[in-house]
Amino acid sequence: MSAAATTSKARQNPAFGLRRNGQTPDGVVRNAVLVTFIIFLALYPIIDRGLGLQKMGAVPGILIFTILALGLNIVVGFAGLLDLGYAAFFAIGGYTAAFLTSPTSPLAPYFQTNFYVAMILSFFVAALFGVILGAPTLRLRGDYLAIVTLAFGEIVPRVILNLEQWTKGARGMKAIGVPTLPTVQNGQVGLYEIYNQNQTEWYYLIFTVGAISVFAIYRLAHSRIGRAWMAMREDELAAGAMGINLVQTKLLAFAIGASFSGFAGSIWASMLQFIDPFQFDFSISVIVLAMVILGGIGNTWGVIFGGAVLGFYDRILTSDATSWLRGIGAAVDLPVISSVLKEIDLTNFKFGIFGAALVILMLTRPEGLFPNRARALEMKGEAGPEAGDAITTEERTAAGARA
Amino acid sequence: MQIQEEVLQVLLIGIANGAIIALIALGYTLVYGIIELINFAHGEVFMIGTMAALTIVTWVPSLFGVKQAFTLPGPIVALIVLGSLVAAMVTCALLNVVVERVAYRRLRAAPKLAPLISAIGVSFVLVNVGLLWKGPSQLNFPDLLPQVDIFRDWLGINTLVLFTFKDLLAIVIAVPLMLGLHLFVQHTRLGKAMRATAQDRDAASMMGIDINLTIALTFLLGGALAGAAGAINGLYNNSAWAFQGFRGGLYAFTAAVMGGIGNLRGAYIGGMAIGIVAAISDRVIDARWTQVVVFGLLILVLIFKPTGILGEETTERA
Repeated sequence: MSAAATTSKARQNPAFGLRRNGQTPDGVVRNAVLVTFIIFLALYPIIDRGLGLQKMGAVPGILIFTILALGLNIVVGFAGLLDLGYAAFFAIGGYTAAFLTSPTSPLAPYFQTNFYVAMILSFFVAALFGVILGAPTLRLRGDYLAIVTLAFGEIVPRVILNLEQWTKGARGMKAIGVPTLPTVQNGQVGLYEIYNQNQTEWYYLIFTVGAISVFAIYRLAHSRIGRAWMAMREDELAAGAMGINLVQTKLLAFAIGASFSGFAGSIWASMLQFIDPFQFDFSISVIVLAMVILGGIGNTWGVIFGGAVLGFYDRILTSDATSWLRGIGAAVDLPVISSVLKEIDLTNFKFGIFGAALVILMLTRPEGLFPNRARALEMKGEAGPEAGDAITTEERTAAGARA
Repeated sequence: MQIQEEVLQVLLIGIANGAIIALIALGYTLVYGIIELINFAHGEVFMIGTMAALTIVTWVPSLFGVKQAFTLPGPIVALIVLGSLVAAMVTCALLNVVVERVAYRRLRAAPKLAPLISAIGVSFVLVNVGLLWKGPSQLNFPDLLPQVDIFRDWLGINTLVLFTFKDLLAIVIAVPLMLGLHLFVQHTRLGKAMRATAQDRDAASMMGIDINLTIALTFLLGGALAGAAGAINGLYNNSAWAFQGFRGGLYAFTAAVMGGIGNLRGAYIGGMAIGIVAAISDRVIDARWTQVVVFGLLILVLIFKPTGILGEETTERA
C-alpha cells in the first residue's frame, strides 16, 4: 500500500483523524481538565489564602517531589530502565548545592557561589553521576538493573554519612544559600532573599522550574531521542538493528533523568536550609517510583497527577485525616467506635496504607490511572503471546485435573 | 592476639553471621528459582520472625511469674529457646504463603515490574505490622544462652579466640536446616515437583504437577527458613527492630546473587562469603563502612558475573 493510501485511510477513519487534532469530545474534556488543572496550580497560593486551607507549608514539598517523579519517568517510563535508587541523585543534587553555598562546607574558604549557579551546577553534577551509574550497568536489564540501582541508592547516603570531615555526617549541613527573587517585602518591591517562611515565593519559584521541566520533558519525549528511548523500551534488539545507538541512548536517559533529580535536590536543600543523609532513604525512591506508576508510567500528565495525589497523601492527608477521624469520634458518641476513633493515629499506618495501595494497584490496574496506551498493553501482558499462553495452559491443566 | 588467631576469630564471627544470612538467602533463591521474582518482602518476613520469637521469649516466662527468662531452670530455658524457634518458623511460613496467595499469584503472567512493585508494597505493609506490634525503637532481645567460651571452658585450649555457645548454636541450628532443605529438594517427590516447576512451569503442569501448590510450598519453605533466621538473629545478636528486615534482606539477597541466584548450594556459599566479608570489613576497615563494602560487592558481582559463583545461565525476561 502506498503512503498516500495510508494517509487517506487515516483521514477516513474519523476517530483516528479527529483525535490527532484534539477535536473529539474526549480530547476537549481532557484539554479542559488540563487547563483547569494548570490554572489551579498557577493560582494555588491565592486559593489557599482565600479558603484558609493553610497548606502552603506542605505544597512546595509536593511540587518538588512531583519534579522528581517527572525525572524518574524519563528513566523508568520512557526508557524502560527500572531505577530503585533515584533518591541518590536527589541527595547528590542537594549536597552539591550545600557544598557550593553553605558556610559549613569544606569548600567555603576557597569557593562560594549563589543559589542559582549552584542549582545549575547541581543539574550537571547529578547528570555526571547518572552516567557514572549508567555506564557499568549498560548490559543489565530488568531486576538486575533494579538491584544495582537500589544498592547505589543505599551506598550514596551511607558514604555521605561516613565522610564526616566534609559532609558533617549525621549532623547535616546548614545555612544553604537561598535564591533572591523580585518580591514585595515590608511594602516595598525589590530583590529579596527568600527563606522558608516565604512560602508563596518558593511556590512560584518551584512552579516555574516545574513548568520549564514539563515543557522540556514534553519536547524531549517527542524528539528523536525520546522516540529512541521508547523504541529501546519496547524492544532493545530491534531498536539497535534500526540504527539507534543503544549505549548513548541509555546513558542519556540516566543522565537526563538524574539531572532533574539534581536540581530538585538543590531547591529542596535550599528551601529547608538543612540537609542530612537520612532525608534520602529507600522509602523516598519508592514513593517517587509509586508516583510514576500510580499516574501512569510514561505519561507526563499522569505522572504529575500521581505526584500530586501521593504528595497530598504523604504530606497532608495522613495528619489531617487523623483529626477528622477524631472529630467524628467526638461527634457520633457511640460506645466502642468513638473511643477507637479518638485513639487512632493514622500516621502510624502511613507505611501500611501506602504499601497496601501499591499491592492493590498492581493487582487491579498495573498500568496506572492514566496510562500511555502502548505501556498499558504491555503491563496488562497483552503484548506478548507467551503470557497469554501461560494462562491458558494453566487453566487447561486445572480443568483437566478437575475432570 | 597473634595473626592466625585474629584470622580464626574473624572467620568464626563471619561463619556464625553467614549462617543466618544463608538461611534468608535460601528464601530468595528458592522463590527466584521458581517464579523469577525478587521477593522484596522476604527481609521483612525475617524481621517478623525475630518479633515472633521475641514474643515467645518474653511471654512464656511471664506464665511462670518471672520477669527474666534466664532465672528459670535450664531445661525450661532450653524449651523456650526451641519454642521461639518453632513459633518463628511457623509464623513466617504461613505468612509467606499468605503473601504469595494475596500479592503475587495473580501477577504470575504479568510483566516483571508488577510483582516487583507488589512485593515492595508488601514489604511496606510488613514493616508497618512490625512497627505496630513492637514499636519503632530497637528492642533488647533477652540473652538466654549460657555464656560458655568453648575453646577454653570445654576444650581447655588456652587461646584468646572467643568462640561462644551462641556462635555454635547459630551454626548448629542453621546447618541441619540447610541439609534438610537440600535432602527435601533433591530426594522427595515434592522436591522433584519443585525442581520441575522451576525448570519449565508449563511442561510441569502438563505432567500433572499442581503448580499453585508447588509454588505455595516453595514460599512455605522459604518462609520457615526466614523465620528460623529471625529467631537465631534475635538469640545471637540480642536485638530486634522493625527496620532490621531491609538491611538483612539486602545482605541475604547479595549472598543469593553472589552464589548464583536460583542455586541452593550457591546460597549457602554466598551466605558464608557475605558473613566473612562483613566480618573482615568490620575488623580491617570500620563497621561504618561494612554496608558500603557489601553493597559495592553486590554491584560488582552483578556487573561482572551476574550468574554468580555457581549460577547457570538464566534467561532474563526484562
